Amino acid sequence: MTDTTTTAAAAVSVRGVGKRFPGVVANHDVTLEVRPGTVHALVGENGAGKSTLMKILYGVQKPDEGEILVGGETVHFSSPSDAIKHGIGMVFQHFQLADNLTVLENVVLGAEKLHGIGDAARTEIRRISDAYGFGLDPDELVEDLGVGERQRVEILKVLYRGAKIIILDEPTAVLVPQEVDALFENLRELKSQGNTLLFISHKLDEVRAIADDITVLRRGTTVTSVKPADVTQHQLAELMVGEELPSPSTAESTVTDREVLEVRDLQVDDAQGRTVLSDINLTIHAGEVLGIAGVEGNGQTELVEAVVGMVRPTRGVVELSDQDVTSWGTRQRRESGVGYIPEDRHRHGLLLDAPLWENRILGHQTRKPSVKGGWVDKAGARIDAQRIVHEYDVRTPGIDTTARALSGGNQQKFIVGREMSGDPKLLIASHPTRGVDVGAQAAIWDHIREARRRGLAVLLISADLDELIGLSDSLKVILRGRIVADYDPQTVTPQQLGAAMTGAKTAGEEA
Amino acid sequence: MKTLQRAGLALAAPVLALVVAGIITSLVLVAAGDDPAAFWETMLAWPENRSLVNIINEASVLYLSGLAAAIGFRMNLFNIGVEGQYRVATFVAAYFAAQAFLPGYLNTVATILVAMLAGAAWAGIAALLRVTRGVSEVISTIMLNAIAVSLVAYLLRKVGSREGQTIVTDTVPQSGWIPGISLFPDSVTDMYGLVFLAVLAGIGFSVLLNRTRFGFDLRATGHSESAAVASGVDVKRMVIYSMLLSGAVAGLIGMPNLFGVSHNYGSTIQTGIGFAGIAVALLGRNHPLGIAAGALIFAYLSEQANPLGILAGISPEIIAVTQGVVVLCVVIAYEVVRRYRNKLEQRAVAEALEAPGPSKEVTA
Repeated sequence: MTDTTTTAAAAVSVRGVGKRFPGVVANHDVTLEVRPGTVHALVGENGAGKSTLMKILYGVQKPDEGEILVGGETVHFSSPSDAIKHGIGMVFQHFQLADNLTVLENVVLGAEKLHGIGDAARTEIRRISDAYGFGLDPDELVEDLGVGERQRVEILKVLYRGAKIIILDEPTAVLVPQEVDALFENLRELKSQGNTLLFISHKLDEVRAIADDITVLRRGTTVTSVKPADVTQHQLAELMVGEELPSPSTAESTVTDREVLEVRDLQVDDAQGRTVLSDINLTIHAGEVLGIAGVEGNGQTELVEAVVGMVRPTRGVVELSDQDVTSWGTRQRRESGVGYIPEDRHRHGLLLDAPLWENRILGHQTRKPSVKGGWVDKAGARIDAQRIVHEYDVRTPGIDTTARALSGGNQQKFIVGREMSGDPKLLIASHPTRGVDVGAQAAIWDHIREARRRGLAVLLISADLDELIGLSDSLKVILRGRIVADYDPQTVTPQQLGAAMTGAKTAGEEA
Repeated sequence: MKTLQRAGLALAAPVLALVVAGIITSLVLVAAGDDPAAFWETMLAWPENRSLVNIINEASVLYLSGLAAAIGFRMNLFNIGVEGQYRVATFVAAYFAAQAFLPGYLNTVATILVAMLAGAAWAGIAALLRVTRGVSEVISTIMLNAIAVSLVAYLLRKVGSREGQTIVTDTVPQSGWIPGISLFPDSVTDMYGLVFLAVLAGIGFSVLLNRTRFGFDLRATGHSESAAVASGVDVKRMVIYSMLLSGAVAGLIGMPNLFGVSHNYGSTIQTGIGFAGIAVALLGRNHPLGIAAGALIFAYLSEQANPLGILAGISPEIIAVTQGVVVLCVVIAYEVVRRYRNKLEQRAVAEALEAPGPSKEVTA
């Protein structure tokens, strides 16, 4: 908490580090001083080079130039185990835990030599858990733990391996606001006991709340280091983006009384017969954006797939413009004007090894301009792919480039452009701006708003509460496969949403 | 320049694989105490006219087999059952043709259709099992191969007659035969009249895959089943269609020989063509021209290996090793080249985007 450590050797110094990659924003001239016993935040847009730097620090990648010092001593990591030897541990955004094992088993996995796998290990885990107030039981199964607890298991894993410097990769991305507060308590406790934390994020309010120092990365290089007290959130955002920060808010309401999508009493069971979605009732009108808020894995995926026609509901009705389409397949629904921006663009949105113009055909295999009768209209598809590249500002050398070669944001822009083609009536947008940079995010929001003005109905699923509140005309919260609350986006706060999403408060609140 | 680079990369993998396979074969020869020089002298000698004809004939049959396998491969469906489908189809076709329900060439055309139907039906069993019961087509087609061999042998005893050491079906009426085409006056063998069947099938394959909606759905499913589903492809239906199509093409494999040379189905029918087709398809990257090249290479290796025993004192079986190694190497080489190409492309994208700087930002 104090500044007395500035004269001591930095916990981690990065000096002029560079890394070149084909096709990825490389690091160049990255310089960073992390004081021991502090929380140091590393902020930057997606693609600013945060992950590359992180991988270099954790020994996953070797830098092409520059040097790294840990505790004043130059180090050369060739693998993560080298990093761990120097006391650097990493907590990944996507947990690397085996659900069917206990906390103890997960922690000792790969570190059996430290304290064995029995009581000695159990004692050590209890000691760490108590020291930092983690409240973890070594013998509990990981599958019974909540997201916040799983994250603490991940942190415990690196502490167990002797890490004093912990890198946290977007640790709050998977948490709701209440869990974020709990995490920050843990981090403060870790810091007060002499650990150094490197916190990677692009959520500026959180960064300002927890960090002692903030280093901003932009286009692969460190722009500046600041103290949270010296900058406003707005200034920080501009440092990060290098321009004005866009906002998702929609101006006037364009909602009509024409129903486009109606879902009644929808229930979906998974392959094991468990009910994952039940009693879903919702209506979306032309010109309306309906936002669904919820912690991931509470039935959003199933809801989307049931509306798109990829899974068959056990019960209930899906109507498109007053026509019962429950028994229709995905193709027929798409033909009748359903656009679909999938949650996972690599799995569901693109043929990664096919050129962009072929990706233009995907999802539109039966419609002009990419297809004529039973034949692929190559010329038509190419012209229209070119149009999307132009209108949606997809940064690519051309439409013969494979989808894989593009950055995530550009892939997403292409998908949005494709799904907006042919004037859809209904757009199902799952996390439409996940993993895209701020510029692309603003563009995608603009396109959704513009289409909404022309009468598009949108089902919006997002983990970004600001996006949900800003874009939606009405909001519903989904929890354990049920709609548990309705909110008016004009009046709701992220805290209220967060409470409803975790079930802290399930009573609907209508304005 | 760009297309040249692309073509170069496309050729790099098979050439690399052939060279490595050649080196490994030589090492095996040395290790076994044979003379690699004599081996290569025989293998690389210009084939006699008779051998050239044999190579073309063999290649046309391998080509059909490769196409049959490739249809499945293009949508990640591993039809290992081309062998069984081809045997069943050829037997059924030979039996049908011998009945002479139709006169002259009408009988030929009808028989070819029957062969395609029989091949498709046999493949259809695996497709149904996959779609309704989730049985892997790899397992079921392998099983069906074994069943096909036994079933045909059993039926052949029922309907066939003994001719020397072998049992054969009745002879196809001569009016439906497709005479061979004499390429060289001094050659005792002629080119199959039905070589054009392979050419037609290749063109059909290319048009179907690259030009039709069905072909797009099939390739999309092969690229990414999940993306295909999200785009509206009914994957189960695609599994059935492509498996039937694969079996139908497999049904053609026996036709050039049936109408050109043997005129009946006998217990000495050439075996292993279905399996070789899998290798040929892999070698040719499931591309119609690539498969043709693969078929020619395999046919060349087999034909040139025949005199190895006499001329070089080396057992011709060594060539099966070469063919096997070629396939192994080619799988690896394609992956290496694919990664290299991805890198090149990403670099090209990065360069193209770097050059003009951050031109236009945001807005639509």
